[in-house]
Amino acid sequence: MKWDTCDPKAAYVLHLADDALILGQRLSEWCGHGPILEQDIALTNISLDLIGLARQYYQYAAELIGEGCTENDLAYFRDSRAFKNHLLVEQPNGHWGDTLARQFYFDTFHFFQLEALSNSTDERLGQIARKAIKECAYHAQYSAEWIIRLGDGTEESHAKVKASLAHFERFAGEFFVPSDVDAQAADKGWGPSVDALMPAWLEKVNSILTLAKVPAFNASTVARTGGKAGIHSEYHGYILAEMQSLARAYPDASW
Amino acid sequence: MSGHPDQWPLWEVFVRSKNGLAHKHSGSLHAPDAEMALKNARDVYTRRSEGVSIWVVPSSAIVASSPDEKEPLFAPSDDKVYRHPTFYEIPDEVGHM
Repeated sequence: MKWDTCDPKAAYVLHLADDALILGQRLSEWCGHGPILEQDIALTNISLDLIGLARQYYQYAAELIGEGCTENDLAYFRDSRAFKNHLLVEQPNGHWGDTLARQFYFDTFHFFQLEALSNSTDERLGQIARKAIKECAYHAQYSAEWIIRLGDGTEESHAKVKASLAHFERFAGEFFVPSDVDAQAADKGWGPSVDALMPAWLEKVNSILTLAKVPAFNASTVARTGGKAGIHSEYHGYILAEMQSLARAYPDASW
Repeated sequence: MSGHPDQWPLWEVFVRSKNGLAHKHSGSLHAPDAEMALKNARDVYTRRSEGVSIWVVPSSAIVASSPDEKEPLFAPSDDKVYRHPTFYEIPDEVGHM
């Protein structure tokens, strides 16, 4: 497959980029459908932050790959198997509680991931992470605030968000199961050992879940894995179809 | 609180554009509570770097003058130009004031 890279650093940067792009694309589906104008804008803002971050990673990956590769090639002309995002970020938006539960697990992980990446041995990754962590800190606050309000809200919101949080537990587990690419990155100091991020993540997540008056994260849930190896759920193809169709129908189109 | 019963309370948003300037009214928004109102205000009113500080105030806490009282409140000052400090000779050394 074109642009399927064997370079371990490029593969790692692509994994980071794919998470940001796929979740950004997912969140953009809320645009014009938010329950209230202010929340519509809030989610769209987060979506744009993530797509902006994805662009920085893709631009870097394209440079590492060379041969005239561009960020657009990587976002729009790779197929599902080449995407190495976590399964969590491709899961459907569902209702508001589902979207925020997914976001809460991801944002919390993303924060600790970026914190580690800020000290990357790779200067460029460090720069990108130090900029992105400010945005991410806001995302994490925003989704945590929502989890608290929904959990400690009405009987209905409590029941719904509790089910959403439980549903995504199996996908959150994938964060902490290192792929070959993760292991390589940790070895070289480009990124963290993902399994080492779990205690801090769990502590933060559980502190919020306590405030939200919902059960603690069940860490013994068996993780669904595969996303980081390019084996995705059925939803992934539909996301790419919508996201990539324009660029593929009109290659080299510009504004 | 006015509006639909399912609607969240309304908040007035004041943004300080830079240090040293006063907070200025930017607009209003709906939010379930003060903390969320601040976050929403950040997203709605400062996403193009408009501010360094935000205040949110429940709209219900604003006491406004009534349009009916316009005459007694404001008309009397219309013919009192001497209240503007424009009747002084300003020495050249002072420069622009």
